Amino acid sequence: MIRPVVFIALLILRICQGGIANGQEAVQVFGADTAATVLRLRTTTDIEIFAPTVQDFISLYPNYAVRYEQWGSNDLFDLTANECIDLGPQADIVISSGVHQMVKLVNDRCADQWMSPATNSISPELMWRNEIWGITREPAVMVYNKRLVSPADVPKTRFDVLDLLRPQGTPFAGKIATYDIEASGLGFLFAFMDSQEASTFGALMEAFARTGAVATCCSSEIINGVIEGRYLIAYNVLGSYANTIAKDQPILGIVEPQDYTLVLSRAAILPRQKAGPQKAATDFLDYLLGPRGQAKMSANFLVSRPQPTLSGAGSSTWRSIGLGPSLLVAKDKATVARFKKRWKDIFSDFTQNN
Amino acid sequence: MPKLRAYNLSLTARLAIGLSALLIVGGFVLSIAAFAYGRVAAQDAFDRLLVGAANTIASTISISDGALVVELPQSAFDLLALAPNDRIAYQVRGVNGSVITGYALADIPGSGDFGSQDVIFFDAHFSGEPARFVRTVRQFSERQLSGTVEVIVGQTMLARQELALDIARKALIGLFIGGVAILGITTLVVRSALRPLAEIATTVRGRDPQDLTHINQNAPKEIAAMVTSLNGFMTRLEQQFDVMRNLISDTAHQLRTPVAALRAQSNFALNEADDHKRIQIIEKIHDRSISLGRLLDQMLSRAMVIHRLESARRETIDLRDIALTLLDQVDHTALYPDQDILLDIGDVPILVRADTVSLEEAAKNLFSNALAHGKSPITVGADRLGAKGRLWIKDAGPGPTYDLQEAIGNRFLRSSASRGKSSGLGLSIAKSVADAFGGDLNLHRHKDGFQIDMLLPLIGGKDD
Repeated sequence: MIRPVVFIALLILRICQGGIANGQEAVQVFGADTAATVLRLRTTTDIEIFAPTVQDFISLYPNYAVRYEQWGSNDLFDLTANECIDLGPQADIVISSGVHQMVKLVNDRCADQWMSPATNSISPELMWRNEIWGITREPAVMVYNKRLVSPADVPKTRFDVLDLLRPQGTPFAGKIATYDIEASGLGFLFAFMDSQEASTFGALMEAFARTGAVATCCSSEIINGVIEGRYLIAYNVLGSYANTIAKDQPILGIVEPQDYTLVLSRAAILPRQKAGPQKAATDFLDYLLGPRGQAKMSANFLVSRPQPTLSGAGSSTWRSIGLGPSLLVAKDKATVARFKKRWKDIFSDFTQNN
Repeated sequence: MPKLRAYNLSLTARLAIGLSALLIVGGFVLSIAAFAYGRVAAQDAFDRLLVGAANTIASTISISDGALVVELPQSAFDLLALAPNDRIAYQVRGVNGSVITGYALADIPGSGDFGSQDVIFFDAHFSGEPARFVRTVRQFSERQLSGTVEVIVGQTMLARQELALDIARKALIGLFIGGVAILGITTLVVRSALRPLAEIATTVRGRDPQDLTHINQNAPKEIAAMVTSLNGFMTRLEQQFDVMRNLISDTAHQLRTPVAALRAQSNFALNEADDHKRIQIIEKIHDRSISLGRLLDQMLSRAMVIHRLESARRETIDLRDIALTLLDQVDHTALYPDQDILLDIGDVPILVRADTVSLEEAAKNLFSNALAHGKSPITVGADRLGAKGRLWIKDAGPGPTYDLQEAIGNRFLRSSASRGKSSGLGLSIAKSVADAFGGDLNLHRHKDGFQIDMLLPLIGGKDD
């Protein structure tokens, strides 16, 4: 399956790896080095998950090459915000799971406008000012170890999780993992949206703290912990990663919480340039939002549909994280500080009490 | 020529042009008003959102351990998101004016720049775009912290402009529809209002030329006035016709006899062998033709007077001027060297309302009668008699032999024509003139002569 193009790209990757900047996780170039235009893509998405989509785009537009830079969300935001000041962005398109950060960039007038049939076709809540677009549909799910968690104990909702943690000496004590919101931008966003969404969040945090749940970093580490049995259940894991891993690891069970399921749409922006958006960037955006890009991402679990539910409630439990000015709250200095302080207080109280 | 064309323009077209002009000018003024109103309305609507958001933020500020704690409520931003495409700027300032959270906002006024009012709106720029801001305050008076905390919320103005345009556009669409409707209805109304005119025109066009009877057509009040005056005009036309008919028949009647006499006598003259006798006949013919000339003069004079009585304007006339003009104009010394003429007028003007030419003509006829038939001296005078002004002519003779009182007012006197005299016609003219101006003609026989008075109402005579 490896095409010559990718093979060359991998070679180039080897060459480029020496020049990886601070905070930059990986770089890879897709497409022929004879390509007329190099599209500079910066994203938080793991290369292995997004690569098939990029390759499909290049097969459609052979005169483009894509320089794929993978970044951590906070670094990507800082970099893009800094480049916005002198309008000299080193990226033509930025795609981030830190959607609140992208909204902040748009509100700071750091993005170019783009309108096309493809952008007009998407749901209005996944678009703002024609400057930011939600390109994926990724639910925040709970994963569990199928071997270690009996089918009767598999939680369907957040209330089920609370029930599992309630009994004295519960086997789930210390075996539940979630993101460390200070280390992970995405973890913070999910937690913050949870706090806005429902009152269960307070009880859940309190139960997590009381039973010694683990707050740690990064999707793959958490999911692998569940597979290895270090954790029984992980809360608020990104469904796209979970499904990708579950393909090869049947032991991994995935549940969309049926009280409500947060759904992340990775946000794409075109960093503002003096000359306006690059044609390669808008072509890529239109491809991603169009049926072919959506189908390709769907095959890679980046665009999901709601799991069928027993209650028949269907997709009504899906709550999209809308891309709009309301997300600015999640980027407010004081509000974030307050939220993180509360988070830390809960977990440190627990630590002190033990 | 262009004037004519303007008159030819139909009333509908004129109204349409006038109304269109009005609608264009009015539309222009209303457009400006609509845009202004739209701006104000949009400003007002979105200012409320701003205040709502700012107050919501202010209400969530709390104090914890002596420090201000800001936890932005999502609802405030949901509220602002009602302006779907506008960027949001916000800032919370502590009691000492330092920024606690939010944007740095270099362009906005500092804490000291606001007056005593709590809620203040202002315009400023937010990263290069014009924006509208509100600043609200919250007072704290706790043990650990007291003072004023400011919340500033701003938003770019896309939604405001859009709403303002939308309001203005809707107002203008309404205006346009209304304008077209007004034009349409006006056209219909004018056409229906003018339909009677067309019907009258058709009626008049279809009439026999001799038919001067009144038009009996139902018409709106405004057009009825025109019909009435048209009918009045036809009445006058008919009267004129009558006058002309009378004149022609009179003239024919009065001229036939003297002309026949002239023809007979000229026949005698042709057949007369004796020179002496023939000269006598020719002298008779001469006398007769002079008399015929006078008759013709008087008949023309009468025709003119009658015509003028119908048509001439009334003016203010001093009867003394008529008397004077009479003496100036009539060349009596040449024709009647034996007659002594006297004038008898006072200092007081005798003002009446009449037509000068008609009055002079009437007076001239009376004077000529007096000169031709009266005895010297002849006196012409003007004076007041009660509420009337009087122009009078007197002579020392006995006056005419026939019954004048009866003769006056008759259109003509057969006797006058047959005798080759025409005093009766003169009287008739004077009588007609006097009647026409609301006056009267009086004849008196005194022991020392004969007097004719022409009495006309004095101006303001009733008050004298």
